[in-house]
Amino acid sequence: MESTVAIPRPTVKGRSPEPSPNQQLKIDVEHLSFFYGDKRALEDISIKIQPNVVTAFIGPSGCGKSTFLRTLNRMNDIIPGARVDGRVCIDGEDIYGSHVDVVAMRRKVGMVFQKSNPFPKSIFENVAYGLRINKMTSSKSELAGRVEESLKQAALWDEVKDRLHESALAMSGGQQQRLCIARALAVKPDILLMDEPASALDPIATQRIEELIYQLKTNFTIVIVTHNMQQAARVSDYTAFFWLGRLVEYERTDKMFTAPSEKLTEDYLTGRFG
Amino acid sequence: MDQRVVRHFQEELETLQGRLLEMGGLAEERVRVAVHSLVDRDIASIDKVLHGDEPINELHVEIDNRCFKLLALHQPMATDLRAIVAAVKINTDLERVGDLAVNIAEAARRYATHPPVKKLIDIPQMGDIAQTMLRDALDSFVRRDTVLAHQVLNEDDRLDGLKTQIFRELLSYMLQDPGTVEPALDLILISRHLERIGDHATNIAEDVIFMVSALDVRHHAPNPPA
Repeated sequence: MESTVAIPRPTVKGRSPEPSPNQQLKIDVEHLSFFYGDKRALEDISIKIQPNVVTAFIGPSGCGKSTFLRTLNRMNDIIPGARVDGRVCIDGEDIYGSHVDVVAMRRKVGMVFQKSNPFPKSIFENVAYGLRINKMTSSKSELAGRVEESLKQAALWDEVKDRLHESALAMSGGQQQRLCIARALAVKPDILLMDEPASALDPIATQRIEELIYQLKTNFTIVIVTHNMQQAARVSDYTAFFWLGRLVEYERTDKMFTAPSEKLTEDYLTGRFG
Repeated sequence: MDQRVVRHFQEELETLQGRLLEMGGLAEERVRVAVHSLVDRDIASIDKVLHGDEPINELHVEIDNRCFKLLALHQPMATDLRAIVAAVKINTDLERVGDLAVNIAEAARRYATHPPVKKLIDIPQMGDIAQTMLRDALDSFVRRDTVLAHQVLNEDDRLDGLKTQIFRELLSYMLQDPGTVEPALDLILISRHLERIGDHATNIAEDVIFMVSALDVRHHAPNPPA
């Protein structure tokens, strides 16, 4: 997507909250561009994400935020004609390197989608699925323990502990989404990517997901795409604003929502375009 | 965001701004009348100030309600958020200015029962400066003018200087003639009230600077690092 509008280049200060020198970056993206065939969807994105923080990607529809999220665990690989330039390093390793085991990488970088997508299986089997196919447990009791632990982490255990073997499809929308989070957590990822995880949920279910995100950041690095700016403000530590495939501003969330550095961000946050 | 919703929000913001200006005008006028009635020993005008607080109080409540409503219904961000937070604070400052005008009128009423201690020169000057600061602070709010807001901050020193000067002068009157203690103390109190009005104008100017440029200049503090 080529823009004819001049987009201000973010300043280094405004763009990348720098980690302390001794802190290992969890995600380090350098000069990433992404193409659908000839069409450039992302242009020269660089962003550094520290561990155990929640980072929100915001921007108008079509700005590239979801596309960018998907480059962080190579979910775009399956799109015909898709091409990536630049580097995406996770724990210092470029995930687009030639020797990378994509399946193993995706275990480390879990993903939750806009629409909950539980398997047509029982609640227990949904969470156990990844553990089974990856042979991550050695006994039934260990498997049951991991399922319980994941459901507890996803704040779902108390609601489902007495009906673990009922169909996941009988759960409410909010419960199904938390089940998908539990399923993602079961294989012990380091990073959780969430693509509009609450956009199809009612306010109560949304609040539970947001509370969950807040609790999960103790153990995980979370990146969330949301079109709900209030949600980004509530749940994230850092916010990145995308526009026409470019990163306009990346800043501490409290700063971004009270005093953004870029006029474009200001106009978007105050509803003057978009 | 839907353009119609944005326009509605902008209209609400403009109405809010208009009501704040109306309140500012009332507060400024009450300070002017209070100081003039002191100088002229005009009891009728003093009584008008003493009993005319209601419109400001009503606006105080109305503006607060408007701000709450805008925050709750529109959940504004960035410059819009700063504008509403500034309006809440400016509203409080203006209400306090109204109260201080009443305090001045009360002291003026007591002062009028005594023979004049001296010809009043510095207090009317303080009144002029305080009113100008108030007017400029509100103008800077309307025009989003940080240069004018900074001028208001600089004016505050003049007001403080005059207050100290008045105190010293009246102290010498009181030492020379203990019979002047009561009316002189009222003049000292009035100078103190005018100096406080200047402080409120300063607060408003600081809020304007924050609203426009997101810089916190209160207490001469440097802005925290971004």
